[in-house]
Amino acid sequence: MELPIAKDFRKFKGPEFYEAEFSEYFLLPFKFHRINDEKEVLVNEVGDFLIVPIGTARRIASRDIQKDELLYEDLFANSFISNKPIPDLIDVLATRYRTKKSFLDDFTALHIFVVSLRCNHSCHYCQVSRVSENRQEFDISIEDLTSGIEHMFRSPSPSITMEFQGGEPLLAFDRVKFGVEYALKLNETFKKDITFVVCTNATVFTDEILEFCKEHQIIISTSLDGPEFLHNANRPKSGAKSYQMVIDGINRARNQLGEDQVSALMTTTSLSLEYPIEIIDNYIENGFSNIFLRPISPYGFALKNSKKNRYHTEKYLEFYKKGLKYIIELNKQGVFFVEDYTTIILKKILTPFPVSYVDLQSPAGMINNVVVFNYDGYVYATDESRMLAEQGDFTFRLGHVKDNYRSIFYGEKARFLSQYWSNESLAGCADCGLQSYCGADPVFHYAAQGDFEGYRPTSDFCIKNMEIIRHIFDLLDSDGKALMPIFNSWINNRPRYQ
Amino acid sequence: MIQLRTRGIPINITETLIKVSYINAVGELVCFSPSLNKTVLLSTGVPPLERHLVIAAIPSLKDFGIGDILLISPNGTISSLFREQSAHNTLFITDRCNSNCLMCSQPPKNTDDLDYFFEINSQLIRMLPPDLKELGITGGEPTILGSRFITLLELITEYLPNTAIHILTNGRSFAWKNVAQAIQKVCNPNLVFGIPLYSDYYQQHDYIVQAKGAFNQTILGFHNMARYGQRLELRIVLHKQTYKRLPSLAKYIFMNLPFVEHIALMGLEYTGYTPKNSDLLWMEPSEYADELEEAVSFLDGMGLAVSIYNLQLCLLKPSLWKFARKSISDWKQEYLNECSRCSLVAECGGVFATSKKHSGKIKAIAK
Repeated sequence: MELPIAKDFRKFKGPEFYEAEFSEYFLLPFKFHRINDEKEVLVNEVGDFLIVPIGTARRIASRDIQKDELLYEDLFANSFISNKPIPDLIDVLATRYRTKKSFLDDFTALHIFVVSLRCNHSCHYCQVSRVSENRQEFDISIEDLTSGIEHMFRSPSPSITMEFQGGEPLLAFDRVKFGVEYALKLNETFKKDITFVVCTNATVFTDEILEFCKEHQIIISTSLDGPEFLHNANRPKSGAKSYQMVIDGINRARNQLGEDQVSALMTTTSLSLEYPIEIIDNYIENGFSNIFLRPISPYGFALKNSKKNRYHTEKYLEFYKKGLKYIIELNKQGVFFVEDYTTIILKKILTPFPVSYVDLQSPAGMINNVVVFNYDGYVYATDESRMLAEQGDFTFRLGHVKDNYRSIFYGEKARFLSQYWSNESLAGCADCGLQSYCGADPVFHYAAQGDFEGYRPTSDFCIKNMEIIRHIFDLLDSDGKALMPIFNSWINNRPRYQ
Repeated sequence: MIQLRTRGIPINITETLIKVSYINAVGELVCFSPSLNKTVLLSTGVPPLERHLVIAAIPSLKDFGIGDILLISPNGTISSLFREQSAHNTLFITDRCNSNCLMCSQPPKNTDDLDYFFEINSQLIRMLPPDLKELGITGGEPTILGSRFITLLELITEYLPNTAIHILTNGRSFAWKNVAQAIQKVCNPNLVFGIPLYSDYYQQHDYIVQAKGAFNQTILGFHNMARYGQRLELRIVLHKQTYKRLPSLAKYIFMNLPFVEHIALMGLEYTGYTPKNSDLLWMEPSEYADELEEAVSFLDGMGLAVSIYNLQLCLLKPSLWKFARKSISDWKQEYLNECSRCSLVAECGGVFATSKKHSGKIKAIAK
């Protein structure tokens, strides 16, 4: 039996028959930014981008793009323009947006416990005050530690990270031990996925400590600033050479805990700026497959020692680019070695997934993803906030660990700060083409500019991030074909197969 | 090629499904019909006694074996619906389709066959071996069956709870959330829906499938199915209308549909509508090699599972060999004469026996 509608439907029709009928295309929200002398990048509301000749954004806005241009299809397919004011696939965009921001879904995951301010080092860039090794009043009290851990389990997040910081937290190993054991005891009820991290200078390991770390799969995060002469200059330790002790500590921890349980962070000082290649080579020599070319923060001792550390952001950017170039060359030669900051930004640019990196996200990581329980029982919005507190500025103190959860995490201070933590609503960020890939940092802007909102043209945060993101787009534009497989391997953290 | 249909002289035959039980001493197939509760004999010989149910004088029985399920008709036709020895068995739902793809290998027919096939499939599912590994569902467009499509899925879930079920659909019906929701309620984790997407630009996809609005429906369909926890495969046919935007499509898939568990890029089967639209479709695979490599290595680099179907190793860049699968169903697969001299013939999926034209560049690969 022949169906009545069918006959005409089975006749093949040309492409023009399938074109939506509308006179002029509609603009969907997008922004743009110049990336070099010839190109600009268009970025839509969910972070999809197109690299196009300069002037394209103007042509799009003037309804100048013709249907027979290849660009027209790209703009349509990537939700820059539409045949309707509200496109048929708006739900897909909504899902994409929700996905990008889903690092907010579970609320605070990273809980930092400053178990002691004591330290055996006297690094000139130290971001927190330190005191000599033997003054126990700078250790967190068991009572406050207990309350902090109980707050940690009040977080709605199904997976949490408990990070021990200092000072040197292992000088107060009894506190670390108590903390881990109490958390595990509570977790018998809460059944969260817990990760433990100890941020240590790796010079005070004992067998007891390492056995404990092994038993509880505690991740060791340590500091390595590069070659011996540089590391020792940056990180002086009275009575001993830090470098050899750190390397010994790293190897000892690796042997006992496994290679992937030990990571290192470097801090860039004025002196470091001269040696990007040497620092990277040092990381490779020491068996690392990644490095975080991290600029110094304007907090704590870092600011006081201004001569050593207040180098211009431009100089840091030169250092970063030189280092990145070298790392890319290594990868081209078949070495798998990752630059972490670039990878964070690449994930934001090249994937549809959320990237939870507390120092570069919007809304900011403070409270939403991280909180700090200080040694004295006070609770701070970020690690940097407690560094300000050590200088007598308690602006970002959310309350005391004895206060109830609501008043700390949803209290007046938190609500006040929330006005400044989304770059979507900050002057200078709201219309920035790179907004999707960047973040907001009210603590930084308060510390550096005395203003929660911050003034973008002179903001080091803004200058640094805009230039790094622009530079990455410039690389994608000039050498994308060769770089994409390398960048993909960084994003997925697995070597390319040759 | 294996003959899935043949014909003999019917004696006392009504339409029924039969399963081959054994082969008797004279080489006849002794079969059983559950619906008639009677034995049926399939024979190449002359008609024996008339009191039996027999189809006689069948030219050859070599393509039927024990465990096979056959549909026999009063006019003596025998169609193989299930072959015990094959990994490529399918339930055929309908010849109808709401699309009309330029390159359809099995062009839709505008017949009202839904009831007929539904009846057959309902019986067939009950007769299939419970330990069956894989079963396909195909058409036409299976979801045209509406609520009875869900009924079939429920039957499958009941009778074949451990069988991997692969459903070929254009996914347009899933633009309606209630359809996706109804499938979720079937609660069968072994269902995978293979849905084609031919371009990231709506007009090209709609043109290729010859249906206005199909792109939007398919994309919404993917999202609705993902929302309801269904497993999805995305299928792309490679030809003149799809190759140019292949790298853009790959990026679009990763950004907008990263939840698909497999992406299959498929060479053209030169049959059905394709010969008729040859000028619009046909190109040598070597001419789209760059686009294919870019798309495949991008998707693979982003951690998505990618396969290339229906393309011979000699037509692919060696970098893509590891993605090539032996995808052509056994009953319509063959090798060309040239292939007998090829060192990689054992790893190659061969060509479609059903294709009326093959690439001119199929060449034996030396050791």
